[in-house]
Amino acid sequence: MTDNQLLLALYRDMRRIRSLEERVSEMFVRSESAGSMLHLSIGEESVAGVCRAMEAKDSFTTHHRGHGIFVARGAEPARMLAEIAGKASGYCRGKGGSMHIADMGLGHLGANAIVGGGISHAVGAALAYKRKKQKRVSVAFYGDGAMQQGILYESMNLAALWSLPVLFCCINNQYGMGTRVDRATANLAFDERARAFGLAGEIVDGSDVEQVHEAAERMLANARDGRPGLLVLTCYRFYGHARMDKSPYRDSAEEEQGRRRDPLQSARDKLIARKGAGAESLDALDAEIAAEMDNALEQAIAEHLPDIATMFEDVYAPDQPKPTPLRARLSAILSEMTR
Amino acid sequence: MSAVETTYREALRQALIDAMEQDPDIVVMGEEVGLYGGAYGVTKGMLEMFGPERILDTPISEPGFVGAAVGAAMSGLRPVVELMYVDFVGLVMDQLANQAAKIRYMFGGQIGVPMVLRSQGGTGRSAAAQHSQSLEAWMAHIPGLRVAMPATINDAYHLLRHALTLPDPVVFLEHKGLYTQKGMLDVSKPDGPWGKALVRRPGNDVTIVAYSKMVQESLIAADMLAAEGISAEVIDLRTLNPLDDATLVQSVRRTHRAIVVTEAHQTGGFSAELSARLHELCFDHLEEPVVRVAGEDIPIPVSPALERGSVPNAQLIAETGLWLVKCQAPGWAAE
Repeated sequence: MTDNQLLLALYRDMRRIRSLEERVSEMFVRSESAGSMLHLSIGEESVAGVCRAMEAKDSFTTHHRGHGIFVARGAEPARMLAEIAGKASGYCRGKGGSMHIADMGLGHLGANAIVGGGISHAVGAALAYKRKKQKRVSVAFYGDGAMQQGILYESMNLAALWSLPVLFCCINNQYGMGTRVDRATANLAFDERARAFGLAGEIVDGSDVEQVHEAAERMLANARDGRPGLLVLTCYRFYGHARMDKSPYRDSAEEEQGRRRDPLQSARDKLIARKGAGAESLDALDAEIAAEMDNALEQAIAEHLPDIATMFEDVYAPDQPKPTPLRARLSAILSEMTR
Repeated sequence: MSAVETTYREALRQALIDAMEQDPDIVVMGEEVGLYGGAYGVTKGMLEMFGPERILDTPISEPGFVGAAVGAAMSGLRPVVELMYVDFVGLVMDQLANQAAKIRYMFGGQIGVPMVLRSQGGTGRSAAAQHSQSLEAWMAHIPGLRVAMPATINDAYHLLRHALTLPDPVVFLEHKGLYTQKGMLDVSKPDGPWGKALVRRPGNDVTIVAYSKMVQESLIAADMLAAEGISAEVIDLRTLNPLDDATLVQSVRRTHRAIVVTEAHQTGGFSAELSARLHELCFDHLEEPVVRVAGEDIPIPVSPALERGSVPNAQLIAETGLWLVKCQAPGWAAE
């Protein structure tokens, strides 16, 4: 694959992320989403550089802002949107939603709504791969908020100590909810923290997807050989924390400047400048992706909600007794009443 | 195979060894489980038997290694994690309650977390407030977590063996006061099926419900009550999840009186759950209220005299039984 072919593929991955996120937003506006706890990853699309550098057998965990990672790893948009709408046909049968989407078939060990909650699962998966002598890497994706969580450092320590095939990937979008990262920590050199544990550590410009891809490819190869590392993507969260957040904690000048760090626009400009693709063909690609996502959205909206009885399924394995429903319990007590 | 005399500790160790010999995916992880042999000696010698790939000494990093066990359990291993003291569960509650317990459900049944978290609690060693608690209610409150609390040597072995075949996470709580106790182990004969409460001593006048070490105190109390002409039935719950309330209800509908005994604090404890269920399901059959004999609502003190006084014992259970059945108030009865 030439550089331009790769960049075009990455552009396509990133456009699909943004296009999907725009449909998530639209679904909310149309009151079709399950709730408003929807965290858009617009501005962070260069994570596609990591996703494309991974192999099919690799696994990953994500965070509450993980739609983009999942779609870049091969998720079907219609099933994703169905899950985000709480539909029976969603990836998790409407039980997880935006913040807990997962698919074992695609190696998605789960999105997590506890900041830092899924990081150690990637380490555990890597431990299993090492023990079973499988050449697989597990990638823990998380945001700058989790850089302040203790379990990250416990996980880094274990990964380095046991030489595990794991890559820590921090998407530094500058904000943990409404707190800018420089109000959350005194030392922004996150790569130094990784090196202090004996891991490789690199910070790359998240507005440059080629740089992200190059670093990810190298660090994944090292991780596969038992040399784990931390890769930090510096980017900007274009919109609020969740769908309802109007970002009162930052001003429009900052937002304007931040949104100039657009990995999608920058890839587009580069492709045109390097004659990797013409503006017209990119427009056509954008339109094709928009149609794909529109279809996915309408399909998800048309799907049906889960049967209420399924609520008692999946607490335990299918061969185990299900929890007793409240009405059955009350009936057992109250039907004995004598009056 | 016939029964042999052994200890609670040795029965647990034997269960781990036998399970690991059968299932190559089982790994043991935790602080001091390898070289040291386990803080209470349960994994002694297992590093030599199974090697460092299967007996993993971890740093003092409970959230990190319990979280890693969750991920490993999702990826083809069956980890047995030792949490040295149940009091440390506060450190790992996110990984237990928000992660291990919910992963199957949140992900729509795609995958389970077949791991066993072994820990131990309880008083008896003057280990004081941060190393002596009985915190089972915290875990039993969370749907998705199985909770086992063996009282006998045979159960220590068989419940652990069974836990190591289950598809969902199990919190396996031992009692530090039981490790050196002797009793009979028959590896070919479990006391009863997993999830079933067992009548350890049949009786007609009052039902005493207990688990873990309090089963033994209750059995001694039943002897004391027998000397007073009271026939007490002692039921050992064995697992808190699954909870076999049918066996309790059957007994209490016959005896018409019940005492629930736990070492754990009374307020908000598992004794409250048992008492509530018995009131709900046996209301018309009860002669007296179900009473709880539970740990005092205080932190566990270090002084042996204070520590002993803070948790129930056979004497207190027997006195309560005598009062409940024969209306004979003990010396400590308030005016």
